[in-house]
Amino acid sequence: MRTGLGATMVRAARRLLSSLPALFGVLVFTFLLMRVLPGDPAVFFASGPNAGKEEIEQIRKQMGLDRSVPEQLVFYLSDIGHGNLGRSMMTGQPVLKDLRERLPASLELTFTALLIALIAAVPLGVVAALRPGSVVDHGVRLFCALGVCVPTFVSGLLLIYVFYYLLGLAPDPTGRIDVFTTLPPQRTGFLSIDFLLAGDIEGWWTACRQLILPAVSMALFVIAPLARITRASMLVSLGSDFVRTARSVGLSWHKVVVTYALRNAILPVITIAGIVFSTMLGANVLVEKVFSWPGVASYALDALLSSDYAPVQGFVLLMASLFVLVNLVVDICYGIADPRVSIG
Amino acid sequence: MSEALLRIDDLHVAFSTRRGMVEAVRGVTLTVEKGEMLGLVGESGSGKSVTGFATTRLLDAAGRVTGGKILFRGQDVTKLGGDDLRQLQGAAMSMIFQNPRAALNPIRAIGLQIADAILTHKRISKEAARGEALELLRAVQIREPEARMNAYPHELSGGMCQRVMIAIAISCNPSLLIADEPTTGLDVTTQKVVMDLLADIAAARGMATILITHDLGLAARYCRRIAVMERGRIVEEASPRTLFSTPQHAYTRRLVAASPTSTSRIEDLVTEEEREGYAAMLGKPRQEPAYGTPPLLEVRKLAKRFDEGSAAVADFSMTMAGGESVGLVGESGSGKSTTSRMICRLIDPSEGDIVFDGQSIGHIASRDFHRSPLRKDIQMVFQDPNESLNPRFTAFDCIAHPLMRLDGMRSGDALRARVEECAVRVGLPLDLLPRFPHQLSGGQKARVGIARAIACRPRLLVLDEPTAALDVSVQAVVLQLLDRLRRENDIALLFVSHDLNVVRMLCDRTIVLRNGGIVEQGESRALFDNPKTDYTRKLVEAIPHIETGKMLAAAL
Repeated sequence: MRTGLGATMVRAARRLLSSLPALFGVLVFTFLLMRVLPGDPAVFFASGPNAGKEEIEQIRKQMGLDRSVPEQLVFYLSDIGHGNLGRSMMTGQPVLKDLRERLPASLELTFTALLIALIAAVPLGVVAALRPGSVVDHGVRLFCALGVCVPTFVSGLLLIYVFYYLLGLAPDPTGRIDVFTTLPPQRTGFLSIDFLLAGDIEGWWTACRQLILPAVSMALFVIAPLARITRASMLVSLGSDFVRTARSVGLSWHKVVVTYALRNAILPVITIAGIVFSTMLGANVLVEKVFSWPGVASYALDALLSSDYAPVQGFVLLMASLFVLVNLVVDICYGIADPRVSIG
Repeated sequence: MSEALLRIDDLHVAFSTRRGMVEAVRGVTLTVEKGEMLGLVGESGSGKSVTGFATTRLLDAAGRVTGGKILFRGQDVTKLGGDDLRQLQGAAMSMIFQNPRAALNPIRAIGLQIADAILTHKRISKEAARGEALELLRAVQIREPEARMNAYPHELSGGMCQRVMIAIAISCNPSLLIADEPTTGLDVTTQKVVMDLLADIAAARGMATILITHDLGLAARYCRRIAVMERGRIVEEASPRTLFSTPQHAYTRRLVAASPTSTSRIEDLVTEEEREGYAAMLGKPRQEPAYGTPPLLEVRKLAKRFDEGSAAVADFSMTMAGGESVGLVGESGSGKSTTSRMICRLIDPSEGDIVFDGQSIGHIASRDFHRSPLRKDIQMVFQDPNESLNPRFTAFDCIAHPLMRLDGMRSGDALRARVEECAVRVGLPLDLLPRFPHQLSGGQKARVGIARAIACRPRLLVLDEPTAALDVSVQAVVLQLLDRLRRENDIALLFVSHDLNVVRMLCDRTIVLRNGGIVEQGESRALFDNPKTDYTRKLVEAIPHIETGKMLAAAL
C-alpha cells in the first residue's frame, strides 16, 4: 500500500510539471485577448469624460500602453516572474492583495456548495439506481432537471424571496457577515472556520446563516450532474459480477450496497466532482452578485467591464492554477480510492 | 432411502424482454445427492446457467421462476425471502462464477473479501475471521498466503482469482456448490489445476457440486453423472461412458460428435448424415507445391519488446508454404498473439524481419502497411466475433469494406456479386446480409468475420483464437469451413489457439511458444503424440480428453 501511495505521489508531481506549459499558454492567451477586446483603459481611468487628449496620453504612458504589444508582454511576464500581478486601477491596490482578500470568500462558498451538492446528490443517485424506472427514480430525475434548468441567479432570488422576505428565516443577503459582528482574527480566511478557532460560536452561527442561501442556490445547479453520474455508475456497479458474488454469499443488504457497490461507484463521482468544483469557482459570479458576496468572480467581472487589465489577467491565472491543483487533488484521491491506478 | 440434497422439479424460468416473456428454462427436473458431482452440459442459451442462478436465487431482476419447485433439503428455495434466504446463501449453498477477476471486488483486498463472507454467517471476531481466511487461502493452495491476504484482484492471475473465489465459496462449508463455467477463459494447464483442486476440496468436505459447463470433455473427466440441456430442457442424463458410447438423443449425438478428442479428425466433427459433401471434397488430392518453390512467409529472428519490460517475443523464426496450416499454441502470456499481430503487420517488431512472397515487409511501419499492395494478401480473423464487427455496419458493409478500401471496388453490381460470392463461400445465407451484427448469432458473426477476411482473396489468413467464443457445434462447422478454404483456395492458415485439440486437427505443423520463445515445433500429430519437452507434455496432458473417444468412433 505504501508503494502504491508513493507511486501516486510521483504521478502527481509529474502531472504538476506537465501542466506548467499549459499555465504559460493561459497567461499569454489572456494577455493577448485583453488587448484585442475593445475599450481603452486610459480613457476609462482618466479624470472625467472631459479629459483632454494630453491627459489621456499621459495616463497611457504611465500604464505602459504606448509601447508595442510584444514589449508589453515581456514586461508583463517579467513582472509575473517576480510575483507581481500588477495594480488594479479600480481599487488602487495590488491585484495580488485583492485576490488574496477575496479568494477565501469564493473558496468557502464553493466548498460549502460542493459539500451540500455531494451530500444531496450521492444518496439521490444511489436511491434512483436501486430502483431504476420507479417513481423515486423519476422524481430524482425531475428534481435534477429543475436544478439545471433554473439559472443560479433565479434560484438565488427565489430563495431570498422565500427565506428572507416571506419567512424571515434568513439574514439579509448582503455579504459574508452583517455589519454589527466583529470579525475574528484571520487565520484561514474561511469565516466559519476562523470563528470556530476563535471560539466565537455566535459569530460562527451568523457567518453560517449568511453562507447557507448562496451555497444552496449554487449547489442546486450542480446536484444534477453529480446525481446522474452517481446513478449511472451505481447501476453499472450493482449489475457487476462482484456484486453478484457478494449476494451469492449472503452478505447483508447494507454491505452489498455500501461496501461493494457504492465504493466502486464513487470513483467516477470523484472525477466529476473535481470538474464541477473548478467550474463553480469561475461560474459563481452570478451568485456572488445576487448575494453581494465579496468573491473573486464578481471582482473579475467588475474589472472586465472597466477594461482593468491586471485583475482580469490575475484572475484567469488564478483560476488556471486552481484548476491544475484541483485536478491534482482528484488524481491523488483516485489513487488512494482505487488500488488499480497506481499500477498504470 | 434418504431425501436427495437438491431436487429440482419441473422448473420453469422466464425473462421479461422487450419482445415479451421469453422462457429460458422449460421444465427441468433434476436431483443431486449428497457429495455428488453432477455435470450440467449444454451450449449457450440452453438454460444451464439460468438453472444454476435460479437455484441460488441470483437471477437478474428481469428473470422469474414461473413454475416448479427447487427443494433444497426439503425446503422450497423459490419461496424463501429475506433473512431465511441470506442464511442459505453462502452458508448452505454457494456459487463460483465464470470470470473470476470480474467476480471479485476490484478495490477490496482479497483477505477482506473472504472475511466478509465468513463474518456474514459466523459470530466471531474480525481477527478470528482473518485467521480463517488465511487458512482458506492455504486450503486453495495459494503460495505465500500471508502476503496475498492484502493483495487486490488485479495483482493476481486469473487462476489465482478463481482460487480466491473458491475460497470465498467454501468459506462456510456449504453442502452444495454450483460452479458456473469455473475454468472457461483459463489456460488449459491452469484449468486442470483449478478443476483438480475444486474436485479435491469438494470430495474432502463432502460437498455436492453442480458443474455447469459447455465442455463435454471437462464434465466427463470430473463427473459421474452428466445431464445434457438443450433449449431449456434436459434431453438426456447418463454416466459419461454411456453418454459417449450410446448417446440416445439426437442433440447429444451431435454434441458428442462436435467435441474434439485426441483422435478425432475434422471430418468427424459432424454426425454421419451431415458428412457427405465434406467427404467428397476430401477425396480430391491436394496439389503439392513444385520442388524449389520459395516459402510464402518467412519470419527471421523476430522480437518484440514493449516499453521497459522484458521481451514479449524473442528470436522467433518460422517459414510457411502456400496453402499450409500452422498452429501457434501456448499459454496466455506466451507471446502467441503478439507474434501473430506482428506477422499481420498490426504492430511493429522490435527486431527481425518478415518476408512475404519474397518481399521484406517487416520494416514497413504498421500504420503505413494498409497502403502496401500486400495488405490484401495477409488478412486476419479476430477472436471475438461480437467485438470485431462494427456495430453500425451491416453484414454486407462489413464484407464490402475491405473490397472498397483495398481492391478499389465501387458500390455497384460487381461489388454486390463479390460480396454474395464470399457469403456463399462461408455458408452465410444471403438474406442475412442486410442485418446488423446484433441481429446475428455467434456462429453467423464468425462467418461474417471470415467472409470479410477472405473477400480480397488473401494468400495468408491469420486467425487469433477464432473459435474460442463459439459453441462446440458451431466451432465444428467453422473449422470445417476453414479447412475447406485452405484446400480449395490454397489459403495458408496461421492458427493461434490455446485449444490443442483444435490445432491438432486443423494444422499440419505446430509451434509451441512459452515466454516469448519457441519451445518445440514439428508435425502436429507427431508433436502431440510424442511431445519432446515437459512443457508440451504438460499442455497435452491438461486437455480434458474424452477417454471413450475410440469406442465412440467404433460405435458410429
